Amino acid sequence: MWTTIEQIFPYAIAYTIPLLITALGALFSERSGVVNIGLDGLMIVGSFIGAFVIFKMQAQWPGQSWVLWVGLLAAAAASALFSLLHAFASINLSANQIISGTAINMIAGALTIFLARNITGSGKISITNGFAPFDVPWLSKIPIIGDLFFTKTYATTWLVLLVLVLSALALYRTPFGLRLRSCGEHPHAAEAAGIKVQSMRYVGVMISGAFSGLGGAVILLTYSGEFTGNVAGLGFLALASLIFGQWKPLGILLATLFFGFATTVANVSQVIPSLAVFPPVILKIFPYVVTLVALVIFSKSSNAPKAVGEPFDSGKR
Amino acid sequence: MDYVVEMVGIRKEFPGIVANDDITIRLKKGEIHALLGENGAGKSTLMSILFGMYQPDRGTIKVNGKEVRISNPNVANKLGIGMVHQHFKLVDPFTVTENIILGSETRKYYFGLDVKSAAKRVEELSKRYGLNVDPYAKIEDISVGMQQRVEILKMLYRDAEVLIFDEPTAVLTPQEIEDLQGIMRNLVKEGKSIILITHKLKEIKAVADRCTVIRRGKTIGTVDVADTSREAMAEMMVGRSVSFKVDKQESSPGKTVLQIQSLTVKNSKKVDALKGFSLDLHAGEIVGIAGVDGNGQSELIEAITGLRQAESGTVNLNGKALNGLSVRQRNESGIGHIPEDRQKRGLVLDYTIEENLILEVYNKPPYSKNGLLQPAAIRKHAEHIIQSFDVRSGTGGRSIVRSMSGGNQQKAIIGREVERDPDLLIAVQPTRGLDVGSIEYIHRRLIEQRDKGKAVLLVSLELDEVLNLSDRIAVINNGELVGIVKTSETNERELGLMMAGYQKEEAPHE
Amino acid sequence: MNNSVKSLLAVLFGLIAGALLMALTGHNPVEGYKYLIQGGLKNPERIGNTLATATPLILTGLSVAFAFRTGLFNIGAAGQMLFGGFCATAVGLSLDLPRALLLLVMVLAGFIGGALWAVVPGFLKAKYNVHEVVSTIMMNWTAYWTVYYVIPAYFKGTSLETESRQLPPDAMLHQQWLSDMFQGSYVNLGFFIAVIAVLIVAFLINKTTLGYELKAVGFNRHASEYAGIAVKRSIVLSMFISGGLAGLAGVAQYAGNASSMQIGVLPSQGFDGIAVALLGINAPLGVLVSALFFGILYSGRGFMNAMTEIPPEIADSIIAIIIYFAATSILIERLYRKLKLRRAANKKQGE
Repeated sequence: MWTTIEQIFPYAIAYTIPLLITALGALFSERSGVVNIGLDGLMIVGSFIGAFVIFKMQAQWPGQSWVLWVGLLAAAAASALFSLLHAFASINLSANQIISGTAINMIAGALTIFLARNITGSGKISITNGFAPFDVPWLSKIPIIGDLFFTKTYATTWLVLLVLVLSALALYRTPFGLRLRSCGEHPHAAEAAGIKVQSMRYVGVMISGAFSGLGGAVILLTYSGEFTGNVAGLGFLALASLIFGQWKPLGILLATLFFGFATTVANVSQVIPSLAVFPPVILKIFPYVVTLVALVIFSKSSNAPKAVGEPFDSGKR
Repeated sequence: MDYVVEMVGIRKEFPGIVANDDITIRLKKGEIHALLGENGAGKSTLMSILFGMYQPDRGTIKVNGKEVRISNPNVANKLGIGMVHQHFKLVDPFTVTENIILGSETRKYYFGLDVKSAAKRVEELSKRYGLNVDPYAKIEDISVGMQQRVEILKMLYRDAEVLIFDEPTAVLTPQEIEDLQGIMRNLVKEGKSIILITHKLKEIKAVADRCTVIRRGKTIGTVDVADTSREAMAEMMVGRSVSFKVDKQESSPGKTVLQIQSLTVKNSKKVDALKGFSLDLHAGEIVGIAGVDGNGQSELIEAITGLRQAESGTVNLNGKALNGLSVRQRNESGIGHIPEDRQKRGLVLDYTIEENLILEVYNKPPYSKNGLLQPAAIRKHAEHIIQSFDVRSGTGGRSIVRSMSGGNQQKAIIGREVERDPDLLIAVQPTRGLDVGSIEYIHRRLIEQRDKGKAVLLVSLELDEVLNLSDRIAVINNGELVGIVKTSETNERELGLMMAGYQKEEAPHE
Repeated sequence: MNNSVKSLLAVLFGLIAGALLMALTGHNPVEGYKYLIQGGLKNPERIGNTLATATPLILTGLSVAFAFRTGLFNIGAAGQMLFGGFCATAVGLSLDLPRALLLLVMVLAGFIGGALWAVVPGFLKAKYNVHEVVSTIMMNWTAYWTVYYVIPAYFKGTSLETESRQLPPDAMLHQQWLSDMFQGSYVNLGFFIAVIAVLIVAFLINKTTLGYELKAVGFNRHASEYAGIAVKRSIVLSMFISGGLAGLAGVAQYAGNASSMQIGVLPSQGFDGIAVALLGINAPLGVLVSALFFGILYSGRGFMNAMTEIPPEIADSIIAIIIYFAATSILIERLYRKLKLRRAANKKQGE
C-alpha cells in the first residue's frame, strides 16, 4: 500500500498543479463577480501558445531551459489577452456570462487547431522537452515527507504553490483583495465606496485568463509534451474545484488535490493490484459524482460571492 | 448667506423620462433640511447627482460657495458629502470595520491592509456619537438598525460634513426611529448638516428645520417646518388637497370567514417566526395587522396562503380546514392574495398583461380546453379587468408587464384577485412605493370589497394606512399577537407601544 | 432592433471573421467560401448529407432552446446525447424485433436515456437549488466515462477496441428510398424525427397550458409558486423534455448518421446546440434554420479542405465566432441606437 502511494504521489501532484492554478485564477474572476466558464478554452489557448513559442524557440536554441520559462510567460500573456473577450462581453455588454464563456471555449477549441494545422498540418504541436522532474536537495532526504513531497518535483509546482500563497495574501490581507471581493459580493456598495467596479472585474477576469494560460502550459511542460487541441476537460474540473473548495484558497487546494488523486488513481488502477478490484468506470466517474454530492451538501450554506454572474449596472439600485 | 450645499436649476433626463426638471435646493450649515416628495418625484435622482452617481444635464452645484463638478462618489467624499442609502451599501460577509474602510483603506507595509488602527478609530467615532457599534462584528450578524449606524459611521470616518439620509426610517422600529432622530440631532449639534429625504410628514415635523418640496421633478417651494402645517406640506407635495382620512361607513361584520388558531410557523432560518397566533376575521370587515417589519407578518400570510408549511395550529376558511391543502386548492376555496412583493411574487414580469391576468386560472375553462390555451377567452378576460380597474399600459393586453409603472402593475394584480371573487382578500403592503393617486384608488377598492361583504386582511408597515382602513387592528410583535383593538378606540401612541411589545393596559375585548 | 436581424448580423460578422482568418493564414477566402458552400449544397447527395449533418444539431439546439425558454441552462446536451445514443445503440444491438417496432423502441430508449441523464440535474436544481450549469457538466463527464467503459465491456466491435459493434441494418434509421432520392446520401429518418420534434416543441411552448406553466416557472419561480404551479415538478419536467430531445440527437447521430458508437468522444453537437439555440433566438423554427445553416458549414468543410487545403476547423471557428457575436449583439444594438440618435440630431440641426 505504502509503495503504491509513494508511486502515484508525484503523478497526482503533477496532475493537481494545473488544476490548482486554473481554479485559483477563477477564484479571482468569481470573487470580482464574473463567472468564468471559459477556463477550458483559456487553458487550451495557453497550451497552444506555450507549445508554439517553445516549438519555435527550441528550433533556434535547442536544449535551453530558459526557453520553457519564456513559453510559460507567453502562455499566461496570451490567455490574459484572450480572456478580454469574455471580460468585454460580460462587463461592458452585460452579456450572459455562461454563453460568453461557452463561446470562449468553442473559439479556443476551434481556432487553435485551425492555426496549428496551418503550422504543422497535423494540428498537433510537439515540443522536444519540457521541465524535468528533480529531487529537492536536502529536503528529499527527510523520511516519508521527503519521498512524498520533495522527490520528482517540477519547478512549476513550486511556482504555482508560491502563487497560491501570494494569492491568498492578496485576497485577504490587502486593500486590493478587499476591493475585489466587495465587487463580487455587493458591487453597488463597492461603487458607493468609490471603487471602479468594472476595472476590478477586468482585473479579476484577466488574472483568471493568465492563470488558466499557465495551467494549460504547465500541462504541456510537465506531463503531456504536446499540444493536441484540448485539455481533457480540465477547465471544467477546475471550475468544479472552485465550487468544491467553496471559493477559498485553501479549499481550492484541497479540492484540486482530491481531484488530482482521484484521477491519478483511476488512471493507474489497472496496473496496481490493490486498486484493480474496483471497476475502472467507478473510479473514473468518482470525482464527478462526488462533486454532485458536494453541490448538494453546500447548497444550503454556499460561500459563493453573492453578486457573481450578475451584470453590474450602476443605474440600477 | 452661508450655504454648505446649493443645487440650482438641476435637470436630469433618462431615456423616456425627465426625472429632474429645474430643481433648486439650498442647505444651510447646521440644519436638518427635509427633501419631501412622492415616490417617483425625483428625490433619489437629485441626491444621486449630489453624490456623484449621475451627472446633471443642466444646472449648477455649489459646495461652500464654490461651484463644483461631482463626477463620481469619490469626489463627493472629498467635498465632505456622505450618503446613507435607502438600501444599505454594506457587504454582508465583511466586518463593520472592513465595510467602513472599503475604498479608503488604511495600509501597512505599503501593500498590506491595516484593520487594527482603523477599528480603533471606528470605536472612537462610535463612542463620540453614541452609536455603540462593535467594529469587529460581521454585517450579516447585526440588526438592521445597527447596519444603518454602520452607514453613518462610514460617512463620519470620511469626515463628511454634509450627510444625506435617503428614507432612513423605512426599515426601522418605532424605537429605532426615535434613536435615529436623536443621533441626527447630535450630528447637527456637532456642526454637521443633514439632508433628509422622505415622504413622511411626521418625521419632518419631528426633526427637520426647513423643507423643500418637489413634485414631478420640479421644486414647488422651501418652507420653515415650524410655521407650516402637515396639511399644507402634503398639498404642496401632491398638488391638491389630500384628506388623510378615508371615507367609509361603520362596518357590519357577518359570519366568521377566516379562523386562525394557535398557528406556529418557522421562517427560512428554522426559527419560530410566528408563535401560537390566533385571529378571527368576519365577512364585511377589514382587519389590519400592525407591526414592525419582520415580526412574523410574512410567515403568517404565507401559512394562510399555503406558500409555507405551518408547524402547528389550524387555519379554517368558511369553517373548512385548510391544513394540508396546496396553494392552488386554497386559492380555489376562496382566498385572494395581493402579495407583498408584486414583482417577485405577484407577476411574471416577462409575460404580457393578458398572460398575467390568468396566472391562477390558466388551466381552467374558459381559458384552457383540453390542455390548450384559449386566446380569445384570455383576451376578453384581460380587457374586462384592464377597463374596470383602470390599468394603463402602452399596448393594452399585449404589453409586457415589465414595461408598466408600479401603480399599474399593482392595479392589475388587485383586479386579478378581486375578479376571482374570493371570500377572503389578503392585501399585503398594497400601496408600497405608489403615488398618492394610486394609493387613494386602491384604498377605495379595498373598502368596496369590505362593503360587498368580503373579509379583508390587511398587512401594512405604514401605521397610518392600517388606522385609516381597518375596522379592527391586530398588533403583532416578535411573532406573537400582542392584542386586538377596535380602530375607533385606539390611537397611534397606543399602537406604537403595542408594536414594541407592551400589552394593552386593559385586557383585550375579544 | 429585431432579434432575427441581430442573428443575421452575427452570422455576417462570423463569416467576415472567417474570411479574415483564411486571408491571414494565406488562403483565398472567396475560394474558401465557394467550396464550402459547394461542399454543402452542390448536388442532391451533398444536400442530403447537409440535412443529415444538421439533424443532431436541430435536436440538440431544440434541447438547449427548450431549456432556455423554461429558465434553465442545459449545457449538458452533449452528455445526454451520448447517453441517449448509447441506450438506443444498446437496444439496437440487443433486441431482435421487427424493424418498425425496433426503431420505435430505440427512439424511445434514446429519448428516455437522454431524459434521465438530464433529470438528475433537474432534480438537484428543484430540490436543492444546485445550479444546473455545473451539474450538467459533471453529468457530461460521467456519461463520457460510462460509455467509455461499458461499450468495450459489453458491446465491443470486431476490429477496433474503441468502437461498438455495427448496428444491424434493421436497427438503423437508414432508408433506401431516401438515400436514392438524394443520390446515395446518408440522410436518414432522423431528419424527419427532428422536424417532427420541432413542430411538437413549437406547439407545446406556444399553445398549451403546460407550456404556459413551464415558461412561467422559468421566468419567475416565486410568482409560479404563488400561482399554485408545482414548481419543482415543472423544473424536473423541463429538464426531462430537454434531455429527451438531446437523447434523440444521439439516436439520429449514432443509429442514423453513423452505424456504431466510438468511445472517448463527447459529441461536439452538444455544445454546438448552444450556438444553434442562441442563433435561432430559442424559437423552434429559428433552431431549425440555424441548424441547417451550421449543417452546410460542417458538411461542406471536407470538400473545401480537399480543394483548398484550408483546415476544416475553419467551420468550427466560424460557428464559435458567430456565437460570440450573438452573445454580444447588444453592442450592435447600442451602435445602431447611437447612429439613429446622431442622425436625428443632424436632421434637427439641418432644419
